[in-house]
Amino acid sequence: MAWLVLFFMVPIWYLLRTALSTSDPSGNTSLVWRWANFSDSWSAYHSQYLRSFWYALLCTIFCIAIGYPLAYAIAFRGGRFKTLLLGLVVVPFFTSYLVRTLAWKTILQDDGPLVRVMRDLHLLGGQGRLLSTSWAVIGGLTYNFLPFMILPIYVSLEKIDPKLIEAGKDLYSNSFQSFRKIVLPLSLPGIFAGSLLTFIPAAGDFVNSALLGSTNTRMIGNVVEGNFLETLDYPSAAAISFVLMAIILVLVTIYTRALGTEELTV
Amino acid sequence: MPQPDDVVIALERVSKNYGAFMAVDEVNFTITRGEFFSMLGPSGCGKTTTLRMIAGFETPSAGVIGLEGVDVSRVPPYKRNVNTVFQQYALFPHMTVWDNIAFGPRSKKVAAADVRRQVDEIIEVVRLGDFAKRKPTQLSGGQQQRVALARALVNYPSALLLDEPLGALDLKLRQAMQIELKRIQREVGITFIFVTHDQEEALTLSDRIAVMNEGRVEQIGTPEEIYHHPQSVFVAGFIGQANLWPTRVDAVADGRAEVRIGDTPVAGSLDGLSLQPGDLATFMVRPERVRVTVAAPDATGASMPCKVIDYVFQGPVVRFALQSPDGTEVAAFVGADEQLPLLRPGDDVWASWDRDASRVLAAASPIPRPNAHDPLPDSRGVQ
Repeated sequence: MAWLVLFFMVPIWYLLRTALSTSDPSGNTSLVWRWANFSDSWSAYHSQYLRSFWYALLCTIFCIAIGYPLAYAIAFRGGRFKTLLLGLVVVPFFTSYLVRTLAWKTILQDDGPLVRVMRDLHLLGGQGRLLSTSWAVIGGLTYNFLPFMILPIYVSLEKIDPKLIEAGKDLYSNSFQSFRKIVLPLSLPGIFAGSLLTFIPAAGDFVNSALLGSTNTRMIGNVVEGNFLETLDYPSAAAISFVLMAIILVLVTIYTRALGTEELTV
Repeated sequence: MPQPDDVVIALERVSKNYGAFMAVDEVNFTITRGEFFSMLGPSGCGKTTTLRMIAGFETPSAGVIGLEGVDVSRVPPYKRNVNTVFQQYALFPHMTVWDNIAFGPRSKKVAAADVRRQVDEIIEVVRLGDFAKRKPTQLSGGQQQRVALARALVNYPSALLLDEPLGALDLKLRQAMQIELKRIQREVGITFIFVTHDQEEALTLSDRIAVMNEGRVEQIGTPEEIYHHPQSVFVAGFIGQANLWPTRVDAVADGRAEVRIGDTPVAGSLDGLSLQPGDLATFMVRPERVRVTVAAPDATGASMPCKVIDYVFQGPVVRFALQSPDGTEVAAFVGADEQLPLLRPGDDVWASWDRDASRVLAAASPIPRPNAHDPLPDSRGVQ
């Protein structure tokens, strides 16, 4: 409890004070209870907000699309290599997030081998690029948050008794029907947890957009970073953070309701 | 012999090997419609593998499995009209009792109205009407067991396969479920194939029993045949308890073999076995057929003087451990109403049995321990 007060309530209180202040160009703030900061942050940056949620949504969808089959393969086909395969999923964490994202910058750069091959195969136009596009940012987000999707899905799949799948087949369901009616519902808690673990940090991320994107791919995290560190507009940055938090809270509530909390307690 | 169209399941020389290990070795049997058929044996004897091959979860390495006259050896489980009750039930935890039971009919794309009627009907047979809306985790072990039964029976399979279904229940509940199983089987008239390592359970429930050991069927017969006319030392030792004395055939006459137990010449029925003088053999008498008397008895079979080594009072029976002067150990179960004076270890008594109580079997060694609850790791070489 004391822990929560010290490391959550107190910072939130300071952030809220800042969000309700005004500041001069040198960064000094004074608390004036300016509630309009919140609405201003939305009207000034709504395109960055929407882009953030759009990118985060696509990132979550791609993570499920890539992560579910991987987790499934490890859980049901991994055999004695299970631990090794799981280890490989986690291994990238031994390198810093920034370094890994910078590595993608090198891979995707204009005179890099990937772009050259894609131009030769006419998958990209003569002047086509990968870096600085929104796809580079979404790809970076997907790459960075994929393990957070794989691990919870793996855990929920691993818990499923293989006898249940046998029972499904015994009761006239082929492999696909057994998957749809037994495995998928029982792994929903994993998909749910994984989605939260990818969507929330992805919506607030700024590293991928800063390193792999351009001014056209600025996400709300980049705005917060810029206002805090460059223009020293602390109240605006704090207000944006609050609005972001509030929107995510609402989205998560809706998502939880939609999936049904009862299903998650199984 | 059953009529051909009464045969539901026929196994012909069915084998299953995992590498060099023969899990099931040339098993043959046929099961007729409406029969309660048990496969009984110690763990690792191949009974569960055989059941899984009938269900379709395993493919036989050799041989043919016929279901209603059709070879289904390579047909996947969801296309076979047999259903399994799993050892730990394997109920779907995310579905209610009702949806669990409706799973099969819905997979078969039965019309919704018919699904409702069939499920409501079977849920009454297993007496779970009040629990239809519950999740499996909210049920007791016995109730879960009945859901598993209903989930399989609702499909009216050609045969219901039960893999040690009572193993997870405590003794009281198990006995109640045995009666329940028998009632349900009579009510629905479906062929039951029941796998168990519990000889008492098999004797109680079955119309016929296949006793299995080391991947082979040792004997198939009614509970009475299996108990009174075992064809091998393994069956004699595994079903019930038995005095089993290794010996050698001295002479054969009138379907009986004369052998020697220690210094005592005795004779036993061969029950159709063909043994020749000189063959190694095993002489068998059930302990409950051995009489214990103080005075020299007038038995039609054999009698030998013994000393009491130990005895245990068990209520309905008193178990005696006796020993004859030549060192032969004899186990005897005596009814509590027998008029016997209080005997102490060291007292002299007579052990005797009637002519029809003794059997001579082909030799086998080592002799299995007569305890159905223990696996028999040392039963190699039983033929």
